[in-house]
Amino acid sequence: MSAALLAAVGPRPVIPDFGTVSSCVRDNGLFCVDWFTANFSSVFGPALAQHVRLTVIAVGVGFLIAFPLALFAHFRRALVKPLGGLTSFLYTIPPMALFTLLVPVFGLSVLTAEIALVSYTLMVLFKSSLTGLGEVPEEVRRAGEGMGLTRREILWRIELPLALPAVIGGLRVATVTTISVVEVAAFIIDQGLGSPIIQGLQSPFNTQFIGAGLLAVALALAADGLIVLVGRLLTPWARTRRTV
Amino acid sequence: MQSAADIVFDAATKTYAGAAEPAVDALSLTVPAGEICVLLGASGCGKTTALTLVNRLTELTSGDIRIDGRSIRDQDVIELRRSIGYVIQQAGLFPHMTIEENIATVPQVLGWKRPRIAERVRELLDLVGLPHKEYGERYPAQLSGGQRQRVGIARALAADPPIMLMDEPFGALDPVTREHMQDEFLRLHEQVRKTTLFVSHDIDEAVRMGDRVAILAKGGKLLQYDSPDRILRAPADDYVARFVGADRGLKALTLRSLGDLELDPPDGEFEASLRTGDTLRTALSALLAAGAERLPVADEAGKTVGCVTVDLIREAA
Repeated sequence: MSAALLAAVGPRPVIPDFGTVSSCVRDNGLFCVDWFTANFSSVFGPALAQHVRLTVIAVGVGFLIAFPLALFAHFRRALVKPLGGLTSFLYTIPPMALFTLLVPVFGLSVLTAEIALVSYTLMVLFKSSLTGLGEVPEEVRRAGEGMGLTRREILWRIELPLALPAVIGGLRVATVTTISVVEVAAFIIDQGLGSPIIQGLQSPFNTQFIGAGLLAVALALAADGLIVLVGRLLTPWARTRRTV
Repeated sequence: MQSAADIVFDAATKTYAGAAEPAVDALSLTVPAGEICVLLGASGCGKTTALTLVNRLTELTSGDIRIDGRSIRDQDVIELRRSIGYVIQQAGLFPHMTIEENIATVPQVLGWKRPRIAERVRELLDLVGLPHKEYGERYPAQLSGGQRQRVGIARALAADPPIMLMDEPFGALDPVTREHMQDEFLRLHEQVRKTTLFVSHDIDEAVRMGDRVAILAKGGKLLQYDSPDRILRAPADDYVARFVGADRGLKALTLRSLGDLELDPPDGEFEASLRTGDTLRTALSALLAAGAERLPVADEAGKTVGCVTVDLIREAA
């Protein structure tokens, strides 16, 4: 069968040859599980680990910047607009443009990538934190003040716990967004699941970029699920339904 | 245990910034220790403002308020508030804390030891009729409105303050639950005897709850400060008379029970449906419904002790 078909398709693509290869790899199947597992520890595993590290640093640093800013704006409402505007502005710059703008200053470095990644998380984390801190119903705040809680006690005992659901929502969006932007960061640094995708796109071999792509999707879903789970453990009151 | 303290308003005045008229204008009244004083008035009369002047959620513009002889101006505002129980309409429970944690809040910030807090929380939940085993671990969203308000009251009592401020605490409840909570609170008050300032816009509630009722008009002007009986029988002016309603004669009947009357001798022919604990209003209603001149009255044990007539009620009213 194959001779006629091959003639119609033209010359066979150049594929990685590691001696004995499976028929899937030889025929450049859409996704070769054997090649994927054989190369997991050398290609996909490290890329996945880098991807996780880049994401965790970006969201972590972003949160450490955005949350205190939100706290600050919560106490000084005049800062809400300027800070919100600044984070929104950073969010509007397309990732590739920001990478390009930063490369002349910081080079093709992880620092460049992280600066861009962090700046993308700020808006979501700032707005969700600020919303969360404002979630305290008026009568609850009044009761807290009236019973003699200090401003600090109201913050720690009431405002921060009640901010959790909104903050967790913000972390979910920021994390999933960052996981996808980290893919693009592979254009400037050879890290993360974007690397095998870009390299895979340059060769006709399917398994490499499809495998990396699937891993990125799985990572986003897993990260989202993990945050939801942690959020549930931290906010047991939010699960309760009215039983009366 | 702290005992109750009296509250003295001494020309207490609050004018909000930018307002032409004071919200509370030179209010002077004394709430004796252990009594319930209801601040009664239409909305916008300054009754809630007057209440929050006491715990300084609203700061006095002039005049003074003294608790047990001490000016509230001389006390640290946080300490002052921790020595005053505060109950508001929607209860204002902390939604992320269990019932136990809600009640434990003030004792915690006061630095009580854990075992003492746990014991106090249990005691209070029992006092307000919510067994701690069943309710202690629940969240406010899992309670009914009436139950939430019970927790609100327990939370306000947690550190055993000598004073309670209650801002329309039962205003958001349905009529049946409200009446039940009013009775419960009166029973509770018999036990704990806190000096209580109670804001209401409902004359029936005021008459029921108050040892004294202060009727306020717009601008926080005190029109009359008297016992419920006096307010109903001798309104100070037309405004008060209109406010307490044309049926004030009937309302006054709710303040006295058949046991207070010198009943006619029993004639023993009918089985008594009225009890000495029933109010005169209930008795009058029973007389009208039965179309009878007289009805027999039994004591709480069921023994007929006399007869009530329309004339007897009219004389008593």
